[in-house]
Amino acid sequence: MKQIGRQFGTLVGLLALCAVLWALTPYFLTVSNLLNVVEQTSINAIVAVGMTFVIVSGGIDLSVGSIVALSGVVLGTALQSAHALPVSLLLAFATGVACGLTNGALISWGGLPPFIVTLGTMSIARGAALLYTEGRPVSGFGPEFRSLATGRIGFVPAPVILMAAVYLAANFVLTHTTFGRYVYAIGGNEEATRLSGVAVRFHKTMMYGVSGLTSAVAAVILTARLNSAQPIAGIMYELDAIAATVIGGTSLMGGEGTLGGTLVGALIMGVLRNGLNLLGVSSFLQQIVIGGVIVVAVLLDTVLKRKR
Amino acid sequence: MTRAAPALEMRGIRKTFPGVVALDDVDLTLEAGDVHMLLGENGAGKSTLMKILSGACRRDGGSIAVGGEAVEIASPRDALALGIRVIYQELSLVPQLSVAENMFLGALPTYGRRVQTDPPCTRHRRPFTRYRRPGPFGPGFGILNRRALREQTARLLVDLGLELDPAAPVARLGLAQRQMVEIAKALSTGHARILVMDEPTSSLTAPEVSQLFDLIDRLASRGVAIVYITHRLDEVFRIGRRITVLRDGRHVTTRPVGDVTVAELVQLMANRNLTEHFPKVPAPRGAELLRVEHLSSAGRLFDVSFSLHAGEVVGVAGLVGAGRTELARAVSGADRFEDGRLILDGGEVRFRQPADAIARGVGLLPEDRKSDGLVACLTVARNIALPHGRRLARFGVVPPGAEAKLAEPIADDLRVKAAPAQPVRLLSGGNQQKVVLGKWLAGDVRVFVFDEPTRGVDVGSKVEIYNLMNRLTARGAGILMISSELPELVGMSDRVIVMHRGRIHAEFDRGAATEERVLAAALGLPHPVPSEAAERRRVEG
Repeated sequence: MKQIGRQFGTLVGLLALCAVLWALTPYFLTVSNLLNVVEQTSINAIVAVGMTFVIVSGGIDLSVGSIVALSGVVLGTALQSAHALPVSLLLAFATGVACGLTNGALISWGGLPPFIVTLGTMSIARGAALLYTEGRPVSGFGPEFRSLATGRIGFVPAPVILMAAVYLAANFVLTHTTFGRYVYAIGGNEEATRLSGVAVRFHKTMMYGVSGLTSAVAAVILTARLNSAQPIAGIMYELDAIAATVIGGTSLMGGEGTLGGTLVGALIMGVLRNGLNLLGVSSFLQQIVIGGVIVVAVLLDTVLKRKR
Repeated sequence: MTRAAPALEMRGIRKTFPGVVALDDVDLTLEAGDVHMLLGENGAGKSTLMKILSGACRRDGGSIAVGGEAVEIASPRDALALGIRVIYQELSLVPQLSVAENMFLGALPTYGRRVQTDPPCTRHRRPFTRYRRPGPFGPGFGILNRRALREQTARLLVDLGLELDPAAPVARLGLAQRQMVEIAKALSTGHARILVMDEPTSSLTAPEVSQLFDLIDRLASRGVAIVYITHRLDEVFRIGRRITVLRDGRHVTTRPVGDVTVAELVQLMANRNLTEHFPKVPAPRGAELLRVEHLSSAGRLFDVSFSLHAGEVVGVAGLVGAGRTELARAVSGADRFEDGRLILDGGEVRFRQPADAIARGVGLLPEDRKSDGLVACLTVARNIALPHGRRLARFGVVPPGAEAKLAEPIADDLRVKAAPAQPVRLLSGGNQQKVVLGKWLAGDVRVFVFDEPTRGVDVGSKVEIYNLMNRLTARGAGILMISSELPELVGMSDRVIVMHRGRIHAEFDRGAATEERVLAAALGLPHPVPSEAAERRRVEG
């Protein structure tokens, strides 16, 4: 009930933001612009899915941006060396999952703080992507692959459909499976969960694996959109994903949060960027505004929680 | 006659921690249906023994047999698979999850395999070897069967005679209800054979204790072997069938409860005669230190007024939820209150935060030492020095060794059995409590607010804490002591005020305060004779 209330609050924030932009610029509330916003948001929104798993479980994953880059260049090189599309996709997913599982294993079995481990992976994966491509982007793919970004079903762009699919699947896992319960339980009280006989280390490792996987899915869309896999892609993605998750009401202390909230959080950031662009606000000022919105959103949440 | 193999047989258990032998050749044998009281002072090794049984900690030597078969317990999962259940003193639930989810956390029902549906606790006759460890997600792909979860929970709660809403988040339950959830959780996965309870009654009120004891009786008659750790000797004789006493990591004795007396028991545990259980030394009553006038806080405190004089111990009695902790927190600046005044040394004070109260000489010993009283990962010395940082520091820099210099005499004085450089999380409950007390002894605190000062503390440490209270009052301090233990309240207080639903319901002077009268007032019964103190208050007011 509390979570529904919180999500509702974020949704009201999003709608209010849309209303203001509608009043300020005639271009905002057009079907093409709105689809454009959702499409642009899809990459951050998908990365934020894995981030939500990790943050609800009481951890943090700083390596998602670098994993996006590494999965992307693995995908690009595979496509260029004429591997079939499914094989290339599988390689990209495997790369992301492997990075995530390594993070998770070091955190769970190595007993290291998530911040440090993923900070290390952030640098290692970025370096690996640069080394693998010798610092050059990998460009030019077939139309079949590009349709993952450019295709449409009806009038809905493919990335939006992919995003919806990822959210539906992840939400099912988080709310309807034992794994999902353990995400909340570990974030709420790890020791109690361990003493209940839950294989905490295994599940924590899997959560980072989920984060690696969603980063790889985001890499696929990004590479298809740009028609190029770049080793310097995905810089600062971790901060956008954390911001979307936190604006969406997930507690950094763990144990609380929903994917619905995260989606709304990602949309708030996307709408804000789009609106500021339409209004012709300078990109320097945009950064200040977005930073302010993050802090104010969490401040509001904290204040409301304290009242209750 | 051939006898069935004992439910549990621990033989020659040995465990050492760096520099300390925690357990040395300890035996423990449990028959099915036994209610076995495990007794001993703090640091005697009870918790370590139970940690070895529950797989939280590995033994260095000795053997364990469950149902006559030698077993190896390497992790909590192994212990669970063997039917060993532990209910921890520090409640270990996930507050964000519901009652049902907490109860079945380690074995959430999923689609893919029929869930166990027969009543738990009767399943002990089934050979435990047939219990299969499910995969990490549970059976199948780990898709949660919410309906089965709801039904299983409802059935188990009915079976145990507990009235709880399966869908309620644990965060909304009181301590006593959480305790019930813990027990239900321990019994949720069917084949519980051995149940370990560590001071289960420490936060329960008298009727709740009776309810718990009924439950224990029922479980024992179904053949569950119960290990019960407690410091309350009356409980030993109320529900215990056999006792085992540990002292300094060694096994002292095991015998039927009928063969010992209270005095013998105390002697066995402490190896010294504790002739005076409550060594109260009345101090001369001095000037008024603290006066509370018409303190109110919506829904929790209503028009609470009383005073505390130098040299006085004022006991606060009441049931769980009567507003005692709220009063303690309001008086010591931990929480704000809406209405009323605090008068300290004749002048009104307003505490916006605990630091204000400490600056004026009011220190709080919180109810829950683990979450509110200590920084578990810091050392004994740092914890004791924590409130005195500003005094120790020179231009913001704490000189090396200053904390230890401050803390050492206090730790010695309190007989904390630990080195000042040891992290407090490694200490036993009684020693941790002494560290929390030690925090206020270094400063100029004159009004001590003690919230359950002896909860989870062994007999020996209790007496040390009582002696400390005597020394404090002799020095001219005033103590407000909240306690759920009636003998302690009656034995140590100069006056007892009794709270009921956020109000002061009665007040007794030392002579007039008997356990029966205080309990009757705590239950909200009108008491026939108004005490002198109440009479005087009426005249003055």
